[in-house]
Amino acid sequence: MEDKKHGEEQLCTLEKRGNLFFLTLTGAGEHRLNPNLISSLRSALSRLQSDPSASSSSALITAAQGKFFSSGFDLDWAQSSEPRLQLMSSSLRSLVHDLICLPMPTIAAVTGHASAAGMMLALSHDYVVMRRDRGFLYMSEMDIGLVVTNWFMVLMRSKIGDPRARREAVMRAAKLTAEDGVRMGIVDSAHDGAEATVAAAVELGEALVARKWDGHVYGGNLRVVLREVLEAVGYDEAVEEVADKARSKL
Amino acid sequence: MEDKKHGEEQLCTLEKRGNLFFLTLTGAGEHRLNPNLISSLRSALSRLQSDPSASSASALITTAHGKFFSNGFDLDWAQSSEPRLQLMSSSLRSLVHDLICLPMPTIAAVTGHASAAGMMLALSHDYVVMRRDRGFLYMSEVDIGLVIPNWFMALMRSKIGDPRARREAVMRAAKLTAEDGVRIGVVDSAHDGAEATVAAAAELGEALVARKWDGHVYAGNRRVVLREVLEAVRYDETVTKVADKAGSKL
Repeated sequence: MEDKKHGEEQLCTLEKRGNLFFLTLTGAGEHRLNPNLISSLRSALSRLQSDPSASSSSALITAAQGKFFSSGFDLDWAQSSEPRLQLMSSSLRSLVHDLICLPMPTIAAVTGHASAAGMMLALSHDYVVMRRDRGFLYMSEMDIGLVVTNWFMVLMRSKIGDPRARREAVMRAAKLTAEDGVRMGIVDSAHDGAEATVAAAVELGEALVARKWDGHVYGGNLRVVLREVLEAVGYDEAVEEVADKARSKL
Repeated sequence: MEDKKHGEEQLCTLEKRGNLFFLTLTGAGEHRLNPNLISSLRSALSRLQSDPSASSASALITTAHGKFFSNGFDLDWAQSSEPRLQLMSSSLRSLVHDLICLPMPTIAAVTGHASAAGMMLALSHDYVVMRRDRGFLYMSEVDIGLVIPNWFMALMRSKIGDPRARREAVMRAAKLTAEDGVRIGVVDSAHDGAEATVAAAAELGEALVARKWDGHVYAGNRRVVLREVLEAVRYDETVTKVADKAGSKL
């Protein structure tokens, strides 16, 4: 079940092992969230949804190869172009929407650095397990001259309840280890090494699958729990931008 | 001060002992929140409000006989009929509104299982004391194939600050003991046995009464603190459903 167009590099894979689906960001790079990677991920989730076994007792584990889970938006590609930044943000919003509406529990197995939008990708999962010996969760925006977008904060508030933890992450741009993440309530468990982290994700996945929930009931309840996030990611920046320009001409 | 219509079974009692009002869900059953029980409870609260001593230094303790505080909506009565489910949800919203506007502190003495809508009834009180040796708080919906209404989440968010605690309760459908409840911040104290639990509620009630608050001032402030909940319970689901069906015929 590979996502590979003719001549294109394979950006992610989707495999099924037993009851668990594994979505892997492939290759040794930074897994920058540009339109290509986001599109691949969305295609993979779309294929997952059409798998006949998907909504009966499954779970999704998202992991990445190499030193990075995801380093965030592809700023090189954007070259400070606001339309390009908006396109990536809008595409990521759709991916987050897909993840929240998936008819099964989702687990991010963070085995490398997750920065900015990459951290948002991790937080879009129901559970986060992370390796403790390497890798940071890092809202880098303050350090690199960017302002976080509103929907990032809606997502963060839905997952991180303590305002001081949010301040530490965003306003101090702290480089958070897995142990920091556990302390702050962002990470569910910390593990020694990449393999142990994925194994922990599998163990958690199996425990959730064993509850035999109807995937659509699960997804339906998650949509109520994360209603504000769905509203925030459903907002179409591009349309609003055009509407604003139209209004300003009146 | 019994709520008993001619020939009907008594579903709850309201008694006054000193400064404290005791609202008791009577009988050994599951105290399913069907329109009859909700109506009895609302009548009792209405009688309470017309008691001349009500708004000067009183408190309400709600408790239940038997193994259950309340096991939630009466799904047998509903028989999967959406109008019946909506009627119960709408009636419960009104009861929750009554509790939030009551001119005195309220304490739920949870001496048995409180599931789904039954857990919402407990959470609608200012304080929750619970027996530790028996009984669970349990958001059963994911297990039994239901999707919680939006207003349940508004109430949960107003009482449970940690998103992971809400995830544990709703998305993992955890069976929470009183000790779990204390840990996640939904239960104020845990006690050995039903009598000790009610005694703790009475002790807390007396401590609150000793503050000599004006009940209307108390309720006014509570309405500000729980404003989002009041807004959520005011909204009429039934109207939306009719509108949706009308829309789909266009």
